[in-house]
Amino acid sequence: MKSKSRQKEIKKILMTGNEAIAQGAIDAGCRFYAGYPITPQNELTAYMARCMPDSGGVFVQSESEVAAINMVFGASCAGARSMTSSSSPGISLKQEGISYIAGAELPAVVVNIMRGGPGLGNIWPSQSDYFQATRGGGHGDYHSIVLAPSSVQEAYDLMFLAFDLADNYRNPVMVLGDGILGQMMEPLQVTSHKSQVTGQKAVVCLPIGKATSQKTWALTGCEGRNPNIIKSFRMKEGDLEKLNLALQKKYKAIRQKEARFESLFLEDAKIIIVAYGTMARIAKGAVGMLRAKGKKAGLLRPITLWPFPEKVFKDLQARNSKLKTLLVTEMSYGQMLEDVKLALDGKLKVEFLGRAGGGVPTEEDIIRKAGKIL
Amino acid sequence: MKEAQKIFSRPRSLRNISTHYCGGCGHGIAHRLVAEIVDELGIRERVIAVAPVGCAVIAYDYWDFDCSEAAHGRALAVATGIKRVRPQNIVFTYQGDGDLAAIGTSETIHAANRGENVTVIFINNAIYGMTGGQMAPTTLLGQRTATTPAGRQIGVHGAPLKISEMLALLPAVKYIERVSLHSPQEVLKAKSAIKRAFQSQIDNLGFSMVEVLSACPTYWDMPPKKALDWIRDVMSKEFPLGRIK
Ligand SMILES: Cc1ncc(C[n+]2csc(CCOP(=O)(O)OP(=O)(O)O)c2C)c(N)n1
Ligand code: SF4
Repeated sequence: MKSKSRQKEIKKILMTGNEAIAQGAIDAGCRFYAGYPITPQNELTAYMARCMPDSGGVFVQSESEVAAINMVFGASCAGARSMTSSSSPGISLKQEGISYIAGAELPAVVVNIMRGGPGLGNIWPSQSDYFQATRGGGHGDYHSIVLAPSSVQEAYDLMFLAFDLADNYRNPVMVLGDGILGQMMEPLQVTSHKSQVTGQKAVVCLPIGKATSQKTWALTGCEGRNPNIIKSFRMKEGDLEKLNLALQKKYKAIRQKEARFESLFLEDAKIIIVAYGTMARIAKGAVGMLRAKGKKAGLLRPITLWPFPEKVFKDLQARNSKLKTLLVTEMSYGQMLEDVKLALDGKLKVEFLGRAGGGVPTEEDIIRKAGKIL
Repeated sequence: MKEAQKIFSRPRSLRNISTHYCGGCGHGIAHRLVAEIVDELGIRERVIAVAPVGCAVIAYDYWDFDCSEAAHGRALAVATGIKRVRPQNIVFTYQGDGDLAAIGTSETIHAANRGENVTVIFINNAIYGMTGGQMAPTTLLGQRTATTPAGRQIGVHGAPLKISEMLALLPAVKYIERVSLHSPQEVLKAKSAIKRAFQSQIDNLGFSMVEVLSACPTYWDMPPKKALDWIRDVMSKEFPLGRIK
């Protein structure tokens, strides 16, 4: 029999990224999950099937990704913290639903464990859905908030932030990982969290069937109040423009407040490697090896891909006059690259190293390319 | 002398505004029947409706209870999410034939097969009203529409889809009835069927649906009276009225 103190000691558990995302979501108060199987994120769906009912939540294996995202729309309407997950081809199918969620201003979390494309592509890791994730993806002038974890621990931790941001801004939040992150196992520390958005203790989970005082807009039956209507449709002249202006105002606030990044050696680097997610792990290794050889390399890792942490890029020159070049590296043919260039506005040189379709730039590739530049 | 008694008035669940529907359209009658039943069952404060994309897209402007929109065809996925999270509420979708039986066929069949304890009001008007009178899956053979200018042909367009009969095959489907709005008597029968469908949900029996044959005089290119007669004489021959399950 385990003693209480012994139980307390076992704080780290070994988990895949997919499982950590699922557990993180449940711990963050997610009580509705719908999904359709697709590799390389199947462990996430299976974990939800196993653990969601014990947590008092609902698991539905939907007939398609289209159905899954619309079930999330419904569950979110009814006030529950809700999410779905998939991989690239399935995420393409969810775009209509994500656009409706953005238009109806509903909170929802969508996880994309990216694989190679276009088309059916393959099941190997990729970062080729950056444009789709950060530019809206579906129709209309909208943005999802996009979070990019680069470790199993961070994948878990960011689920709290994802649900807090979704609720706080009533906006879709996408957690963007890749097949490596989803499949790799790492020790994970399960913790209780404070909301990074409101500073309050997180978890505003709505027990199934209970009304919520926090979400006064939710559909719970109109007992004791006027009926609520949830919709994106705005037919009357001028109404849709008004909605769009309100959305733009919200996006501006998100841009100002919610950009996040991690950095290393920005102050003295002659070259900064820019990467997110799994690629940032590899880039970090390369930066360490370059430093060991006496080469002044640094790292900039956007954690939020939308909003893109523009300011840190804009300030680089003022902070460090020796900095000459940024080397962007991605498992794609240059998607985040465009945001880096936009942020720098031509002020610094930008080089690129990328592979996709299953290819992953290695530490050696990065070191070689950086060596040529330096 | 007896005091005058008010025996007919607007249901509490129907807002006091005029609808955007064309003259002779069945949608307005169907909305009213739903509102009357919601009142009679005393569930106005518990009910959550899911509106379609189709002519009834703004049904939430007419009903006076909680409502959500759904993307075209996705109403039953949205209803699934709502009902699973709030099983104590009464959840129903209101969908046209394009919404339910073309673009949303998959969501319809699977919600029914899972036995989602929700109610569906399925408005079959044999046409796409909102987009200008194109062929629906339920369009009759020979019927002229914007996209079947020479009439629907079985060898080219397939036969009218009988989604109610298809769904009746599924074990988790507990109640299906086809009704019509072509005469006052039929309207009363439609009302009883809608009541039974909601009662089935209240009793937690599983999936329930009422298919309502409803006129679209505008895109059938008929005056309202003729449209009603067409339902009686032609459409209800293809789609027989009565309890299906
Ligand atoms: C994804 C998508 N495709 C097409 C449309 C256009 N559209 C709106 S309503 C409709 C069909 C409506 O027909 P039905 O469901 O039979 O309802 P009715 O208007 O006849 O009541 C279509 C095709 C849309 N809004 N969304
Ligand atoms: S087009 Fe047809 S279905 Fe639409 S409102 Fe007019 S009559 Fe009714």
